[in-house]
Amino acid sequence: MKILVCISHVPDTTSKINFTEGDTKFDTNGVQFVINPNDEFGLTRAMWFKEKQGASIDVVNVGGPETEPTLRKALAIGADSAIRVNTAATDGFAVAKQLAKVVQDGGYDLVIAGRESIDYNGGMVPGMLAALTDANFVNNCIGLEVDGSNATATREIDGGKETVSTSLPLIIGGQKGLVEESDLRIPNMRGIMMARKKPLNVLEPVDASAETSAIKFEKPAPKGAVKLVSPDNIDELVSLLHNEAKVI
Amino acid sequence: MSVLVYTESEEGKFKKVALEVASYAKAVASQMGTTVTAVTFNVSDASELGNYGVDKVLNIANTSEFNAKIYADALKQAAEKEDAKVVIVSSSADSKYLAPLLAVGLNAGYASNVIEAPVSTSSFTVKRTAFTNKAFNYTEINTDVKVVGVSSNSFGLVENSGSASVEDFVPSLIASDTKVQSVDKASDKVSIADADIVVSGGRGLKGPENWGMIEELAEVLGAATACSKPVSDLGWRPHSEHVGQTGKPVASNLYIAIGISGAIQHLAGVNASKVKVVINTDPEAPFFKAADYGVVGDAFEVVPQLIEKLKEFKAQNA
Repeated sequence: MKILVCISHVPDTTSKINFTEGDTKFDTNGVQFVINPNDEFGLTRAMWFKEKQGASIDVVNVGGPETEPTLRKALAIGADSAIRVNTAATDGFAVAKQLAKVVQDGGYDLVIAGRESIDYNGGMVPGMLAALTDANFVNNCIGLEVDGSNATATREIDGGKETVSTSLPLIIGGQKGLVEESDLRIPNMRGIMMARKKPLNVLEPVDASAETSAIKFEKPAPKGAVKLVSPDNIDELVSLLHNEAKVI
Repeated sequence: MSVLVYTESEEGKFKKVALEVASYAKAVASQMGTTVTAVTFNVSDASELGNYGVDKVLNIANTSEFNAKIYADALKQAAEKEDAKVVIVSSSADSKYLAPLLAVGLNAGYASNVIEAPVSTSSFTVKRTAFTNKAFNYTEINTDVKVVGVSSNSFGLVENSGSASVEDFVPSLIASDTKVQSVDKASDKVSIADADIVVSGGRGLKGPENWGMIEELAEVLGAATACSKPVSDLGWRPHSEHVGQTGKPVASNLYIAIGISGAIQHLAGVNASKVKVVINTDPEAPFFKAADYGVVGDAFEVVPQLIEKLKEFKAQNA
């Protein structure tokens, strides 16, 4: 089984978010970048397929050279080779078109992408990729088994979960649940050394226009001070929630 | 030229998000000087949508239960029939599943997590959340046809004194290899996505055996229960309850955090809630900076009192 894991290069979850150039660009100054957490759950599940079912794993990112350390980390975790499509990731549709070319040329059986990146939260790349390559698609995937060309996937639905049968080629919008948090792997020294020697191929992009553009960013207004209620006066809390906040 | 909206239903009844996206579609249609057409699947009486600004309903009868590929293609056919330039969907799990498929089908730019009526409909610009609610982002959709995903509980329900005409629509349904085997859904519990109120517990509760009071508080309030990431990682509560940056987003009217310190990732995920209450023994807990109301105190003393007071309040206001 040939697996492709799509990797977004995103600010670490603890990052303070700031903007620059008149609030039109994300300020990367002092920001640590990581593998998008939703993608990391997918990569870790792919490692299971590699180790138990002999799958091969390529990882791919659409982005500039600054994303290569993130791809190297994925190689250190255990992916076999990496691809970087050399163009800025503008909107999700454009990224999906770049990935569609990689998927079609690579003949992958299974493509795992995170259900969304934690920066732009577009939540569209895996689904668009499935539509562009005419593959089956399961979103919000929290469980995946593959047997030959058949797959069983569990997806989170509002208020529960749903298990579906489907077949390869398959594209997954993955998230936590594909593996547990405790299954995530921290690259060891051997993995990091080996990653340096693994191939990282840079591909030139296909012609794909962005269908949306992020024109401006804004931070939420600063929050007013918390109103403290004494633990001996819970009546007051109920009254505030009813009369002031009007939420009960 | 109408604005098309996908109004989701369950067992023939509209979900709350359906009425919210209908309200949103009406706002967009008013800005553009056009009408609203809703698409429903297997709904026998769709007249309720008229109260939220829908002019016309296309009901697709006798279809299978939700299948993203089939539904997206049927919606595409409806959009083409109506010559719709804007298609509105919700942020439910199902809508987020089908929206990217629909966008590709219509060759449309798609903006998700939109929280307000468009800033402009000439150069079509919407305000959406990004960086998991740590920021907002104005996105311009450049394509002829646009798909807009509205964040739950952001626009609200706006009643209208209209009425909707209903007609049957028979698209040519495509095939899908993806088939539902089983559904595991607690029908008696409020889901986090639908809930007006969410009661959430953290590591401060010390162990899964102490969740009885969280559930009781949720029951009194008609709320959904949720938890912080460490609690789900420790296996005290199921993953489906984990809210935060890598868990579920919460955009409830009221979010009550009990024994949750308020790590930046947790706050990001719950920030969209309108009113936040924190109960924590540690006055330095970061959540106090993000909350509207706070109680510095022991959850094991405060929560039982809160349950009692709320019961009294409910009895008086019943």
